[in-house]
Amino acid sequence: MDISEIQGYASFFMTIFLVIMLYGYIIHLYRSEKRGERDYEKYGNIALDDEITSKPVEDKPASQRYKEENK
Amino acid sequence: MQSNAALEYDYSLAKKFTFLTILFGFLGMLVGTIIAAQLAFPELNYLLGEYGTFSRLRPIHTNTVIFGFTVSGVFATWFYFGQRVLKVSIAESRFLMVLGNIQFWLYFLGALAATVSLLLGISASKEYAQYEWPFDIVVVLVWVLWGINMMGLIGIRREKALYISVWYYLACFLGIAMLYLFNNMEIPTYFTSGGLGNPLHSVSMYAGTNDALVQWWYGHNAVAFGFTVPIVGMIYYFLPKESGQAIYSYKLSLLSFWGLMFVYLWAGSHHLLWSTVPDWMQTMGSAFSVVLILPSWGSAINMLLTMKGEWNQLTENPLIKFMVLASTFYMLSTIEGPIQAIKSVNAIAHFTDWIPGHVHDGVLGWVAFMIMASIFHMAPRMFKKELYSKKLMEAQFWLQTTAVVLYFTSMWIAGITQGMMWRAVDEYGNLMYSFIDTVTVLHPYYTIRALSGVMYLTGFIMFAYNIYKTMVAGKELSQEPQFRTPMA
Ligand code: HEM
Repeated sequence: MDISEIQGYASFFMTIFLVIMLYGYIIHLYRSEKRGERDYEKYGNIALDDEITSKPVEDKPASQRYKEENK
Repeated sequence: MQSNAALEYDYSLAKKFTFLTILFGFLGMLVGTIIAAQLAFPELNYLLGEYGTFSRLRPIHTNTVIFGFTVSGVFATWFYFGQRVLKVSIAESRFLMVLGNIQFWLYFLGALAATVSLLLGISASKEYAQYEWPFDIVVVLVWVLWGINMMGLIGIRREKALYISVWYYLACFLGIAMLYLFNNMEIPTYFTSGGLGNPLHSVSMYAGTNDALVQWWYGHNAVAFGFTVPIVGMIYYFLPKESGQAIYSYKLSLLSFWGLMFVYLWAGSHHLLWSTVPDWMQTMGSAFSVVLILPSWGSAINMLLTMKGEWNQLTENPLIKFMVLASTFYMLSTIEGPIQAIKSVNAIAHFTDWIPGHVHDGVLGWVAFMIMASIFHMAPRMFKKELYSKKLMEAQFWLQTTAVVLYFTSMWIAGITQGMMWRAVDEYGNLMYSFIDTVTVLHPYYTIRALSGVMYLTGFIMFAYNIYKTMVAGKELSQEPQFRTPMA
């Protein structure tokens, strides 16, 4: 097998891998909303309510908040 | 960092970069119109000696609209909405303010010097990478300064979640950094040859097919990370903010973000179909280009659906018109690109005027429309004045929309005619036309394009005038508008 063939195969398998990752991501997004762990849609309000005095939509990273809530 | 009742967003940097956006936009499009006219009327090549020829001016057009106009627009909008979605004022950090100002001056002077260098014929001779090595170093410095500024602002933010537009701007930063560095790897010949030749001259580290591959990996991803990613970021902030409607589906915006990141990087080889690069790579470029429709349309549909139930705003607010038209042109060019990337179509389209036609329905209809709309939205907030004239905006909108349509339709016809004539053979297999036959046939279409350039440029001057009048003669606003931009 010469180098260009190896590159071809590598690219093919990487594509498959990335496709799986991308589909996994969709499932992750919907599943974590369904379980009530995250609400992604509320982030849309960051643009609408963006005065410097407005209350942040999230004052801690979500992962940290989740940990605290489930302690 | 304490919260302070009088805390305000600081728009001084956003204003400065807005001026540059307008300046470079005008220059870039003026030169675009001149070269369009030269293609129709070749005598125009000889007005200014060597400095006025098509070959000198074309790189000035492309580099000025990309690195001057679009990049300033990206900087201006970042220094505006970056603060807002992170809920932190850049003035809270003296360091970031100083850095931002250094970035501004270095960029402004560097861009002017680089443009003059192209006018003098100093060129690295790679498309969109013509700046010679000293200017590349300035570009890298400016970019690093912007990166530090962006990360710095993110570091001191109050809003912990990063709004989707920030993701897009971060991707723009990382993407361009990687592309620019790799494609511009070059050796300054003067220093390696012990003082021979011109100190400004360099040769690329790549040669032959490798050079072509790196060049179009760069070229196409400059479209991705310069003309697409930050502009999507822009519309995800400015359209919701102007219309008062949150993004239709935040999840879809995240998904199409990763979709774009994943697919775009592999599509560049569609610029090299039927060339000497490995066959599988060409096929991959075609396939990924077609797949690219999905994340592109995912973003565009998300933008259009954001207006759901609020379509009346389209007739009432010209700013919404600009943005909705921009997303529509985004859809048009992201379906057109994949079609051109199909191998059999590309056999006709490649090297023809259909390609600049495609480029310009994207850049004029999508990129420039969105940048102008963003500035229209920001101006009353930055200057605390009402927009000067709604009527003028409406007139500009229709003039420029007509111009874009004239540009791409004339180039569609010209390109396909050209492609068909080049390959036409008679019954014995001889070519039926010589090159000059095509030139004669295409003359009317080149004239239409030049006319469309004049119209678009006129629209841009109307835009600049409107912003200028807003600054000096707009009605004072007592309060910052929350959503819809006030206009007289
Ligand atoms: C008044 C508006 C404009 C006019 C009349 C115009 C005209 C032209 C012309 C005549 C060319 C050369 C085509 C050729 O060599 O056959 C060109 C190339 C190009 N222009 Fe423009 N342009 C305009 C605005 C813009 C803007 C705003 C952008 C980007 C933001 C842009 C990006 C480009 C690019 C990337 C190319 C290279 C295309 C290629 O290599 O296929 N142009 N333009």
